[in-house]
Amino acid sequence: MNHKALTARKLGLFSCEDCQLLSRTDRDNNRPCCPRCGAPLHLRKPQSIARTLALITAAALLYIPANVLPITVTATLGDQQNDTILSGVIYFIGDGSWGVALVIFVASIIIPLAKLLILGYLLATVKFRSAWRPRDRTALYRLTEAVGRWSMVDIYVVTILVALVKLGAVATIEAGPAAGYFAAVVVITMFAARNFDPRLIWDVLEEER
Amino acid sequence: MNARLFSMDILACKDCDLLNSLPATDRRGTLICARCGAVLHRHRPDSLNRSLALILAALILFVIANSFPFLSIRSGAFSQETTLLTGVGELWRQQLPGLALLILLTCFLIPLSQMVGLLYILTPLKWRHPAPGARHVFRFIQHTSPWGMMEVFMLGILVALVKLGKLATIVPGPSVFAFGLLIFVVAAAVSALDPPLVWEKLDRRR
Repeated sequence: MNHKALTARKLGLFSCEDCQLLSRTDRDNNRPCCPRCGAPLHLRKPQSIARTLALITAAALLYIPANVLPITVTATLGDQQNDTILSGVIYFIGDGSWGVALVIFVASIIIPLAKLLILGYLLATVKFRSAWRPRDRTALYRLTEAVGRWSMVDIYVVTILVALVKLGAVATIEAGPAAGYFAAVVVITMFAARNFDPRLIWDVLEEER
Repeated sequence: MNARLFSMDILACKDCDLLNSLPATDRRGTLICARCGAVLHRHRPDSLNRSLALILAALILFVIANSFPFLSIRSGAFSQETTLLTGVGELWRQQLPGLALLILLTCFLIPLSQMVGLLYILTPLKWRHPAPGARHVFRFIQHTSPWGMMEVFMLGILVALVKLGKLATIVPGPSVFAFGLLIFVVAAAVSALDPPLVWEKLDRRR
């Protein structure tokens, strides 16, 4: 990697996270603000590694009840059925709705898991000063950040089901405990991705020399 | 005292911090970072007019989409219909206030505030006069932008439609089309909006 690459940090320049303006500040200014938009300035996202690690750990722990506990409780004519995210997917497959099964499987099981694994991997590569394919790792980060919010789809499905299926004794659906845990997983992984600073990937390459 | 040193002809890549210089003239097309490929600048023609028109359209569709039920179910003697807000209300009733609040925020409050906020910022700019507090509003909009999830909600409607379609008679309500259209209009508005241009116009240091 080209260690002569000129970065903003090398010149002591702050790049505003909101308006992209480059500016410099006095050394004794503890809380520099962007002269154009007033946003607080940081050279790198504050405590990026620590915060991201804490958040993905929390999300990983919550991922367990989110999948083990039922996400919907369906009561039909005296019979009660608990469904987890996975059992819902299997039900769709059995019913022949392959498309929907795939959507829920990818959005609710694959994406959160992939986010946790990818962010964990990126953290490890930064911590251990890896020089492996920084451009691809940055692209991986961009993908992770873009795709995360789609995991919320199952929460919205549950909301709609719960609001619609209020048919007295014939059928009623209630949200199960997993709903809250799963929503927490999605929200926390979104914050985790936001707190990770991809520039760290490139910083360690420069310190190599 | 902070000092501004560079014009907007130099940008630090937000993904790898490399300083990239943008051509002073002719910025058509998409410019990407020389090192990591992140998008630095996208050409958006006639941004102000297009954004304004699309956001206004989006707001109207949003009001329609939330005023009427988007799905109704019928099974035997029972029937039920729902809007986004009744769905939130139902979760609240089921002792899940956190979840209710999350959905209210991501599918209603944040998208609404973003649209209203952008109208507030962009309309005065047509008359070349920045609105008071526009910087704070625009920063708020940029910070909350990943939390507006209406298009995800739309996908949720489709999935619920399939799931329930097998069990009972599902009738899409008038709002479904408003929601569907809204998704496209919002996407077009996001594509038309040029944040660097807005920041340039809001810059009070000139």
